[in-house]
Amino acid sequence: MTEKILEVNDLKINFNTDSGTVQAIRDVYFDLKPGETLALVGESGSGKSVTTRALMGLLAKNARIERGSVQFKGKELIDLPEDEYRDIRGSEIAMIFQDPMTSLDPTMKIGQQIAEPLIKHQKMGKKEAWDKALDMMNLVGIPNAEAHINDYPHQFSGGMRQRIVIAIALIDNPEVLIADEPTTALDVTIQAQILDLMKKIQKEFGTSIIFITHDLGVVAGMADRVAVMYAGQIVEIGTIDEIYGFPQHPYTWGLLNSMPTTQTDRGSLEAIPGTPPDLLNPPVGDAFAARNQYALAIDEKQQPPYFQLSPTHFAATWLLDEQAPEVVPPLTVRQRWAKYQQAHPDASNKHAKPVEASAILAR
Amino acid sequence: MSGMFKYILKRIGIIFLTLIIVISATFFLMKLMPGSPLANAARLSGEQRQLIESQYGLNDPLMVQYWHYLVNALQFNFGHSFQFQDQPVSRLIAQRIGPSIQLGLQALVFGVISGIGLGAAAAVRRNTKTDTTLSILAVLGVSIPSFVFAALAQYFVGLKLGWLPIAGWEGFKFTILPTIALGMAPLATAARFIRTEMVDVMGSDYIELARAKGLSQNEIVWKHTLRNSLIPLVTLIGPMAVNLMTGSVVIEKIFAIPGIGGQFVSSILTNDYPVIMGTTIVYSMMLMVVLLVTDILYGLIDPRIRLAN
Repeated sequence: MTEKILEVNDLKINFNTDSGTVQAIRDVYFDLKPGETLALVGESGSGKSVTTRALMGLLAKNARIERGSVQFKGKELIDLPEDEYRDIRGSEIAMIFQDPMTSLDPTMKIGQQIAEPLIKHQKMGKKEAWDKALDMMNLVGIPNAEAHINDYPHQFSGGMRQRIVIAIALIDNPEVLIADEPTTALDVTIQAQILDLMKKIQKEFGTSIIFITHDLGVVAGMADRVAVMYAGQIVEIGTIDEIYGFPQHPYTWGLLNSMPTTQTDRGSLEAIPGTPPDLLNPPVGDAFAARNQYALAIDEKQQPPYFQLSPTHFAATWLLDEQAPEVVPPLTVRQRWAKYQQAHPDASNKHAKPVEASAILAR
Repeated sequence: MSGMFKYILKRIGIIFLTLIIVISATFFLMKLMPGSPLANAARLSGEQRQLIESQYGLNDPLMVQYWHYLVNALQFNFGHSFQFQDQPVSRLIAQRIGPSIQLGLQALVFGVISGIGLGAAAAVRRNTKTDTTLSILAVLGVSIPSFVFAALAQYFVGLKLGWLPIAGWEGFKFTILPTIALGMAPLATAARFIRTEMVDVMGSDYIELARAKGLSQNEIVWKHTLRNSLIPLVTLIGPMAVNLMTGSVVIEKIFAIPGIGGQFVSSILTNDYPVIMGTTIVYSMMLMVVLLVTDILYGLIDPRIRLAN
């Protein structure tokens, strides 16, 4: 077992708002190994972004970390003094933002924007830092970088700007890169280029990536592991094969089922009905129950524990309980299962055992 | 930089054309006004009246008068004052405009720089007591007229403490109190403006990215927030500068400053057309020059504008 670079243990974050306390993150567990890519998938408001802001120590002022720990290379990040956190930010943990059109300072030369973390963290002189910035611009594929290092953001297209944002994140060679929907604001063709770039960089530097997205299609080629988030919780986590081939949580089914594939017939796409629950008053039982056509009576009363299907695969749904009735998932999911079971003959969801949430970290 | 040079030359050309239009408009507006400068001089005999009219060229055809005025005005020759015998208008203006410009510029620099400082301080400590206090002071600064500040400053600093002269215009010491009194309004305006703008900028994505780079609050304010917050303020500074430099009648009267504001008002009261016209033309020229300067400033602060031309 390789050393973990990041471990999030029982994290719970509330937001104090005028209308009450919003429970944005509710008991989240996950970890990250060096060079690994973990995708956090979920719809808006599921807590993906709050989780990453918590890792960066950049939560809004009204956020309160109720409990839990975030260990980075064995160092506790929760309640780390601000000046120590600043040394980590942009240096050991860096972040790529969603909208490249607004995340660059319009009045600063991009050379300076890229060099800034080096000047700050490595106490590098301007000349040296700019040289490195130029190398990085070449690496992220900005054509004719030398001629553009003195340019301002408005002189670049969206895709080029996102490359600049990536260059900023990578300049000080971070160990963990958090990418918050890095392709959502881009054209589809540019999306593919940016994803390729991120893969190339990961190969070159061995960076660990936390990849936030609401688009399972983007995840497929990118991630090693996937954590599906719903209403502030991880409802299913596993390797990319396990989540795509052998999904167990009805919400994961819904997400996969709403993805168009080459087999999708003409006509409408499948959608998950309803809206996420109000996190001011989270439901007592399974948060997804209200939108779940497979919901059981117990879902209304009690939160499901995590059921373990493999050393890496966990799903929080009562459907895996031994007393649960057999349900027939949507056709596309049954097809996925069949294909997966061909490749993994011993894969089964009949003997999943309920485990403590911390078992997720024990892989 | 040659692009910049070309741009400035072009703008100066436009200023010249605008000036001609302003001179023409001023001239014809004056001619449209009912009566003549001699209307009240009933005791003049017909012959005397003719003599005076020909001396001032008032009998020439309108277009000839206009041409003469235009050519002269472009050389800053606005004729002689009716009120002060044998005083060329240009000299009258030249004597009076110096103190007004100096006072205006001082008030502008003092007001805007302190305003930016206080506004930034309030924005960084937003929703704290400092912020509330500064905001209340800014509202007071905007709403209290400058003569109240002037009177208070004269009474406390000048009279009670005796630190600075109460009135007059005999050196830098004399300019301090009027500068502060006149600078209060721009200070408060700039402070309010910068606070709003900075709070806005601090919520933007690129500031969050700056935080994610590991920069401290101070570094973020100095390197990223301030410059971006200044851009809209430049728009405000142009008209503000002209307003201040063309002389505040009230401040000039209170501090006995020989500025142009007081003179402009008295020229209107006495129908001293050449002075009114000359002053109007000089004011409009100052406005155009200030607007040119603000546009250049814009380009220096905001690269998007620099390259757009």
